Amino acid sequence: MSADADARTRPRRLTIALAGNPNSGKTTIFNAITGTRQKVGNWPGVTVEKKEGQIEGFGYDLRIVDLPGTYSLTPFSIEEIVARDFVLDGRPDVVIDIIDASNLERSLYLATQLREIDCKVLFALNMADLARSRGLKIDAVKLGELLDLPVVFTVGNRHEGIDELLRQAIALAETGTLPPQKRRVRYTQDIEGAIAQLRAFLDTRGGDALGYNPRWAAIKLLEDDQIIKQRLTERAGEAAAGVLEEARRLRRQLADRYDDEPEIVMTDERYGFIAGIVREVQTATTRQRVDMSRNIDLILTNRFLGFPIFVFFIWAMFQLTFALGAYPMGWIEAGVEQIGRVLDLWLAPSLLRDLIIDGVVSGVGSVVVFLPNILILFFCIALFEDTGYMARAAFLMDRIMHLIGLHGKSFIPMLMGFGCNVPAVMAARSLESEKDRVLTILVTPFMSCSARLPVYLVLAGTFFAAQAGTVIFVIYLLGIVIGMLSGRLFRKTLLRGQDAPFVMELPPYRVPMAKSLVIHMWDRSKMFLRKMGGVILVGSVIVWALSAFPRQVPYHSDYSALERAVAEHYQSRMAGATGTEHPLLAAERDGALEDLRRQKRAEHTRLSYLGRIGQFIEPVFRPMGIDWRGGVALLSGVVAKEIVVSTMGVLYGADSDDQNALGKALGAAGMTPLAAAAMMVFVLLYVPCLATVAAVRREAGNGWMAFSVLYSTVLAWVAAVAVYQGGRLMGLG
Amino acid sequence: MNLSELKEGQRATIVRVGGSGALRRRLLEMGLRSGAQIRVEKYAPLRDPLELVTGGCHVSLRVEEAAQIAVDHVG
Repeated sequence: MSADADARTRPRRLTIALAGNPNSGKTTIFNAITGTRQKVGNWPGVTVEKKEGQIEGFGYDLRIVDLPGTYSLTPFSIEEIVARDFVLDGRPDVVIDIIDASNLERSLYLATQLREIDCKVLFALNMADLARSRGLKIDAVKLGELLDLPVVFTVGNRHEGIDELLRQAIALAETGTLPPQKRRVRYTQDIEGAIAQLRAFLDTRGGDALGYNPRWAAIKLLEDDQIIKQRLTERAGEAAAGVLEEARRLRRQLADRYDDEPEIVMTDERYGFIAGIVREVQTATTRQRVDMSRNIDLILTNRFLGFPIFVFFIWAMFQLTFALGAYPMGWIEAGVEQIGRVLDLWLAPSLLRDLIIDGVVSGVGSVVVFLPNILILFFCIALFEDTGYMARAAFLMDRIMHLIGLHGKSFIPMLMGFGCNVPAVMAARSLESEKDRVLTILVTPFMSCSARLPVYLVLAGTFFAAQAGTVIFVIYLLGIVIGMLSGRLFRKTLLRGQDAPFVMELPPYRVPMAKSLVIHMWDRSKMFLRKMGGVILVGSVIVWALSAFPRQVPYHSDYSALERAVAEHYQSRMAGATGTEHPLLAAERDGALEDLRRQKRAEHTRLSYLGRIGQFIEPVFRPMGIDWRGGVALLSGVVAKEIVVSTMGVLYGADSDDQNALGKALGAAGMTPLAAAAMMVFVLLYVPCLATVAAVRREAGNGWMAFSVLYSTVLAWVAAVAVYQGGRLMGLG
Repeated sequence: MNLSELKEGQRATIVRVGGSGALRRRLLEMGLRSGAQIRVEKYAPLRDPLELVTGGCHVSLRVEEAAQIAVDHVG
């Protein structure tokens, strides 16, 4: 074959798109085809995940594009628009439609829509084994004959039929002309008449400019498809107005005749067409066999057991994430410290060394340390998703979430927020409706993440001693309540409108595949590292620079002279002491020197740009009973909450890093319990960290990011001031 | 009667799917259209949403959405 010879010299490049319903096993087939050679990104302009794989095989360069799983190709969700646009404008050479054999009717609904577009389609009849065990037998040969397309049996998770599928796809791509469709959806006479009329109209008025199959374009215009209408206006210019007017007229006519919207009538007719095919190719024997999924659900969504089990799973997830994650976290922490120490020895004292150690290493270290948590958390989430439990969680929680204007699926991102807001904001992707997604993203930061806990521990531990636990619990609760109230508020004002319907499939439970779990987990973690690492790096370098400059400050006292004096003082004492006393004296001396250095550092920070900013903005923090040092700590906390405690340590001149020492220093500096409470409230509510801000920007855009930052900061200030001033009025201060 | 009036385990045939455009289309896509046989599998622990089975596929929807679907109770 000449094509083969051609391929040997330069492999031909083919684009194959995978389409199919959610839960049809599409991802499994995609993984089986591409293995680990896949690239995960986003479809341009939207947050829908785009997966692509590049493989070489059969003498071809194959680019496999995984389209979002959809039930249809109407333009009612981003996923559907993305999938349809790729088939229309991305010009794939072949579309493989994954047909879920145990759900033939619904799979064929998407298939008929693909067929109407007039692209090269072949079917992967997937999970036929499962269908057979449920008593459904499908005549694949007949199905292929009826619809004039190749049908290949596949079992994705056992890699069966994958090679054959690719071979058939390539063969189809290489056929010159489209095979004729003997059997296609025929609508009733009235509708067919309207289609023909509109088509004739299109032919004379810019239908060519649109570039789509004319019958399909006419059908879409009759269905009042906003995107095709818009595209027609863009591409056909002035001619479009006439076509749109005609379409409107025909739509009205049809609506009158059927007493219903034409698109609904047409959907019904497509189903009628499908019903005919299903009757011919599918034979159902003993239907209701034991349904494993149903049995599992008898327990997992049981009226009494459902919630306790759900709570247990969530508890187990957090245990795994934080208890198990603590070990590798410790190792990474030690590793980062070690790197700092080694660099400390290697590099001569210089500005560059400070930048590398205090800025870059500690900044990046503070993020990398969360990697184990993130990995485990994402693994658990992937496990929930891949087994099918996630849909059940949404099923259980929807009632509660709906009360606060959210969706059942919002629960998982909010829950993850208690661990880390960054993956939580990213997890909001699982929400289909744009409004629900934005709402969830706005509310999630009020869930108190683990990085805020150390701040509470220091403040509550110092000022509320015995009641510390209760106080911290109240803070967490406050976050939840404020999140709920904000959710309701946004739903009533900014994100008003119809709730997205909660029509959701509860897919059968499946045993997850290790490979798929790992791919899922790693893709998301990679995104966390890449995007957030950059932000944190820049942020920590900025905070470091602000606290390090100007280099030369007019110190209050001459620290070098003081250091020398201390050194001399101990030298003389050690000269007169016995050998056994030497180590004790040396330790005492080192302590005194360390104290001096800390005082010097604190003074330097006070005189640095960061300190000056802190004193400049002190009036902002005064009303909540916090002095400039607390203000600076909170300001640096914008980068990451982990920095708050360490900054306070430096500024208040605590003589060691542990909580007690810092607590004492805070008390000595005149902080009151009321001010500590106000500070905790502020920490709970204001911008969680730069990484979260970056995630919000990425997921919801600049506008919502700005709103989120502004809203949470203003709210934090108002709440903290209310706590402090209110408390004082009640005589608590 | 409408779908939300059915009790757990009851079967019915859908007569008409009402509701707003988006909801209606979504239901149709999932195979919930007039003539379809359904069975109410269960209600969530808080009595909302509900789970139903149609053509071997389990779908959950809120009670208020189910109230838009007219059905004929068959047993």
